[in-house]
Amino acid sequence: MAKKQDLSAEPGGTMKNKTGSWRTYYPVVDHEKCIGCGTCDKVCPEGICYKVGKKNKAGHEYYDNDLDYCKGCGLCAEECPVKCIEMKFEEK
Amino acid sequence: MQRNNTNSKNKYLLSEGHTACAGCGELLAARHVAEAAGPNTIILNSTGCLEVTTSQYPNSSWRLPWMHSLFENSSAVASGVAAALKYKKQDKNINVIAQAGDGGTFDIGMGLISGLWERKDNVLVVCYDNEAYMNTGVQASGATSHGASTTTSPAGKAIPGNMLFKKDMPAIAIAHDLSYVAQTTCGHIADIEKKVKKALTMPGAKYLQILCGCTPGWNYDTKLTVKLGKLAQQSGLYPVFEAEYGEITTALKVPKKKVSVEEFLKPQKRFKHLFKDEKGKDLIKQLQVRADKNIEKYNLATE
Amino acid sequence: MRKILEGSHAVAEAVRMCAPGVVSAYPITPQTHIVERLADFKANGQADYEYVLGESEFAAASIVEGAVAAGVRSYSATSSQGLLLMAEVLFNIAGMRLPLVLSVANRAISAPINIWNDQQDAVTVRDSGWIMLYAEDNQEAIDMHIQAFKISERVKLPVMVNMDGYVLTHTYEPLDMPSQADVKKYLPAYKPKANEFLNIKNPRTFGAFATPETYMELRQELYEIVESSRKVINQENRIYKDQFGRGSGDGFTEGYKLNDAETVLVSFGSVLGTMKDVVDELREKGEKVGILKVRCLRPFPGEEIKKALEKAKNIAVVEKCLSLGNEGILGGEVKQHIDKPVKNFVVGLGGKDATKGVIKEIVKKAKGTDKKLEFIYPE
Repeated sequence: MAKKQDLSAEPGGTMKNKTGSWRTYYPVVDHEKCIGCGTCDKVCPEGICYKVGKKNKAGHEYYDNDLDYCKGCGLCAEECPVKCIEMKFEEK
Repeated sequence: MQRNNTNSKNKYLLSEGHTACAGCGELLAARHVAEAAGPNTIILNSTGCLEVTTSQYPNSSWRLPWMHSLFENSSAVASGVAAALKYKKQDKNINVIAQAGDGGTFDIGMGLISGLWERKDNVLVVCYDNEAYMNTGVQASGATSHGASTTTSPAGKAIPGNMLFKKDMPAIAIAHDLSYVAQTTCGHIADIEKKVKKALTMPGAKYLQILCGCTPGWNYDTKLTVKLGKLAQQSGLYPVFEAEYGEITTALKVPKKKVSVEEFLKPQKRFKHLFKDEKGKDLIKQLQVRADKNIEKYNLATE
Repeated sequence: MRKILEGSHAVAEAVRMCAPGVVSAYPITPQTHIVERLADFKANGQADYEYVLGESEFAAASIVEGAVAAGVRSYSATSSQGLLLMAEVLFNIAGMRLPLVLSVANRAISAPINIWNDQQDAVTVRDSGWIMLYAEDNQEAIDMHIQAFKISERVKLPVMVNMDGYVLTHTYEPLDMPSQADVKKYLPAYKPKANEFLNIKNPRTFGAFATPETYMELRQELYEIVESSRKVINQENRIYKDQFGRGSGDGFTEGYKLNDAETVLVSFGSVLGTMKDVVDELREKGEKVGILKVRCLRPFPGEEIKKALEKAKNIAVVEKCLSLGNEGILGGEVKQHIDKPVKNFVVGLGGKDATKGVIKEIVKKAKGTDKKLEFIYPE
């Protein structure tokens, strides 16, 4: 038996689970079409759509997805008001 | 295709890496509940999908103090936490949320929730209602929609799915004379956050029920989680409203152009048997009657 | 200070002096006088704990679980059916390693429903991970509650203090009530570490789900923590004795006229009092009879019992509970630890009197060669 462990679990520790490996489709954001509204972020069950910190030509701070975790549900693409996200088949 | 992945710096209070299904409505709603409540919040979570997918020892998705005890007692544990905070004189600056699925709320946990409501303990009770016991494999609960096929109310030749009607949990909450009772769906993300924030300003016990699509349990295309929440509201089947001390204070109107219950039912394979024969069509009509009654009861029609 | 008090009221007074922050319970006979008195204290401004009305024992146990998880010393009490209703929560509390004190006014289990004393209730949850102490009399019940909080918070395990319903809870007798200052000196305030409670400044996840990869390790750890409580139970019995002048053997067992005893009665709870009277009588007649009191059922004092019974010729285990389909609970457990024949007696179920006559019959039968379990009734 190892030394007594902490029975409580680590906040944010599940970030070790790279759930991106689950997906069949992955989202591709057309940065130029993105209006930076954040809908994708709001509807993402993983919470991994985020502002990259760069602006496109139209001056919008565009979004992207953290593909380490994206499970490919397609909610971002479905709900995007300007349809700037496309779900593509992931070759493995 | 180029996949220039960089890592998100979102740092939500419910972090990524949880093991819920793709497109999970419950996790989507839960993240917004946590964000709206903020870091000065203690969450007590019942057993269920939300618990197992976010707290696999030794890791957790939660970045706020969070505890799971049992299936039925998140409310009573929350009452104890609220009492402890009151004793420590920290009850004014720390929120307490007890959250459970519909099984933990409508069925096995209902007595304990009623106790909390009766005592008016300073706790927000949140129910993520996906209308069945999803964690154990889609068995019918007191929240299951009439006509839905589940593994314990399967649609068969003799019986077309669940023959019982959904329990009106918000009405039971209102009967406890709560300061705040509200209902919304995961098709109304901003509304979830608004209602959590509002609830946490109200005294004593509060109740928020959120309809959450379950992709395997309702059996629909994962991208429709938000749409189905909207359709549930628009059809009148799932009114989005707030009530303070028993008075309805806000209710989201349904669109002028009628959205039939069929539009909500059709994309979900749990209702597919209803579209096959006359018996099913009769049942859909009954659901439409209930939706129309809701529209009347909550005054949801647009002038 | 010596006062004439009802057992329940004395326990309530002891609990009040231990200064819990949250008390929650649900009414069940014969535990009610304890929590009623605690409610009185609150109503009269003599205590500052939050008194939460649980709507069931299941709720009460969950409420105190939440309260201690939030970092506040907490207390509950129950009996019989109430304890069984709590069972799921009790296992959870121990598994979460939360320090709590629960009084159990021991009472029979339904069916048939019966509100009188026996010991069947608590033994049914003896595998839950709780430390289980048994009071012989009300003085010990008072002292045991004060020690229980200390043991619980030192070991980080819940402690159940058992006292026989009615026989102790409803009996008035003169008792030494420690002073508040002395209790405060013995029992420091409960201060969990920053990562040990629901703390917004150090947010941790409690009650996480364990897969086959981690579950067995964590349960083994729990086993080892329960084992580690042995030392603490022994120490606290001694520390308490040093301060208050009262203690019981090594904290686990205590012999009574045991040294040259050929026949030894092993038991727990209030029946020990009657036994002592009988042993005194028989000793006057020259019979070599003694008693081994068991004060702690979990962790089980197997080694202590083995040692204490080394010289005994006839061993009788007397108890007010049993495992249907096997034998007595204490009887079975004593047998695990000694390789001599043991005769097991069941007495006093559901309030049946365990009289001197009953004990005398047991002493007689203990010497026989038939070692089958026997139920002994008063004449």
